[in-house]
Amino acid sequence: MILRLAIASLFARALTVGMTILAIALSVALYLGVEKVRTGAKSSFADTISGTDLIVGARSGSVQLLLYSVFRIGNATNNVTWQSYQDIAARSDVEWIVPISLGDSHRQFRVMGTTQDFFEHYKFRQGRSLGLAQGVIMDDLFDTVIGADVATTLGYNVDDPIVVAHGLASFTEHKDQPFRVSGILAKTGTPVDRTVIVSLEAIEAIHVDWQSGAQIPGQSTPADVIRMMELTPKAVTAALVGVDSPLQTFALQRAINEYPEEPLLAILPGVALQELWGIVGIAETALLAVSAMVVVTALIGMMATIFSSLNERRREMAIFRAMGAKPMTILSLLVLEAMLMAAIGAVLGLAFLYVGLMIAQPVLDSAFGLWLPIDAPTMREAIVILAVIGAGAIVSLFPALRAYRMSLADGMMVKT
Amino acid sequence: MRRFSICGAFSKVTPPVLELSEVGFHWPGRTRFALSLSNFTVDKGETVLLLGESGSGKSTLLSLICGTILPHKGTVRVAGTDITMLSGGARDRFRAEQIGVIFQQFNLLPFGTVADNILLPLRFAPDRRKRAGDAKAAAAALCEQLGLPADVFAAKANALSVGQQQRVAVARALIGRPPLIIADEPTSALDANSQIAFLDLLFQQASANDTSLLMVSHDPRLAERFDRVVRMEDIAQITRAAA
Repeated sequence: MILRLAIASLFARALTVGMTILAIALSVALYLGVEKVRTGAKSSFADTISGTDLIVGARSGSVQLLLYSVFRIGNATNNVTWQSYQDIAARSDVEWIVPISLGDSHRQFRVMGTTQDFFEHYKFRQGRSLGLAQGVIMDDLFDTVIGADVATTLGYNVDDPIVVAHGLASFTEHKDQPFRVSGILAKTGTPVDRTVIVSLEAIEAIHVDWQSGAQIPGQSTPADVIRMMELTPKAVTAALVGVDSPLQTFALQRAINEYPEEPLLAILPGVALQELWGIVGIAETALLAVSAMVVVTALIGMMATIFSSLNERRREMAIFRAMGAKPMTILSLLVLEAMLMAAIGAVLGLAFLYVGLMIAQPVLDSAFGLWLPIDAPTMREAIVILAVIGAGAIVSLFPALRAYRMSLADGMMVKT
Repeated sequence: MRRFSICGAFSKVTPPVLELSEVGFHWPGRTRFALSLSNFTVDKGETVLLLGESGSGKSTLLSLICGTILPHKGTVRVAGTDITMLSGGARDRFRAEQIGVIFQQFNLLPFGTVADNILLPLRFAPDRRKRAGDAKAAAAALCEQLGLPADVFAAKANALSVGQQQRVAVARALIGRPPLIIADEPTSALDANSQIAFLDLLFQQASANDTSLLMVSHDPRLAERFDRVVRMEDIAQITRAAA
């Protein structure tokens, strides 16, 4: 009966109570949304590369190797010689190996030399393969396949010619060997979107007339002559490796790290991604803290509305007292009301989150490659809701204690 | 011996429903208002009108009888129990069990239904709930006796007229037959005709339930209907510091 009266009392003040609940709901939706984006970003990040067991590069740091080989951030300090690459490729426990050659750029995008195996073995978001939005995978020496962002930013279509610059942010362009766009990849939400992919031989081809990073003056080999040349690379930047059985991963990693001919480094992508997330994840935590503060603000707003309602509800409390309610009953009535408001607000917030997710999910996926799964509420969300209800109860204790004291002092006779 | 037997004979008469003796009270804090009262009783089934101007200490006296405030000295006996000896929680329960209260106006929780309001005291008084038997049926019967239409039972209290609200308040005071009903100027919000009708109902129901009635008013015209009329200034002394 008391619960029913509490609900009826809330309904009687529908406008202010509704506003309070709305504030709580929005803040909870914001908090859960940030939490969702945070975990979504984390898993999207972790999904940047999958299916690859080891990444091999010249010896440096694992995060650095991950950054330049997968995220195309920063530069390799050294290369892996073609000899070492072939030694690793020849090992019996290596199922597949894909070379990566970096160092050139096209406008603001990196150019990556690799083999056709890259399209088969590079996986992201739990094993999804690269797909072509238009065109075909390159099969000519001067063909390129470009990422979705490259195509949209630069307005490229299949068969457009493009010129590759030597080095990064460079003005010396390999004008002699114009490439042709043979295919455009579908959006992945990974750094592949911002990459221009050419064959490993093409990287060699554009450097035929170059020595030590500068063009040999007056020398310009025609394209058809280059086609006849031996274009086996002398080195690659890194390699993605898949093993026959996951059990062999660590043995292979040790073997590569102890490779006697050249200082090499093999890393487990998952481990390095986690290490990297530890660095960039701080910003997400700060965002989460800010949205938690928004929830606290909404609860304090609720406290303020309860406080301001106390005076007009003196009469109501006097009636309760006259009918035999203890001051403690009045206190618990107010706390109960606050908990009801917080509970309705929190559950409504969860509903807002799901509605928002349903609307935003496809947009976020296509625009940012951020995939937010719509799952049933987890333990984590349940804990957030319980915490909001608990915090609502604690916050409401302040006005409730005031009402307790008022009802003790007023007795049942209220001078109106 | 004879005198003792007389006393014995007297003691067989039911003890008064309400008995205050040597009560002294002053509000804490800055208001230097103090009330002292040597003796005041209400017998079982008796109807008493307590006349007093505003500021005569009526409200304080009612709070003392209801046990929402405690006297600093003296005893307040309700239905034979000295409520000054009870703990705060026990006094609240005792009030719910033994006293029906009717205010001047705004008696009801506006957001509750009529049924909610009538049944509210039973929520805090298990014994009274038992006395009421089937509480909903008892409430409906009271509504009928008080001339309330049957369909108000489920209506929200604030949908009723003032006169109807006061009758619901009477039903709430009477449910479970508490031995004492305290009414604080229950007619002041009603017009003259409604006042008479309301008092008729109140007296009729009080006597039907064998309930004592202590009504507080400033209006001496009501006096003739009561068994006894007491003036506030005759029973209580009020002292207040000059403002």
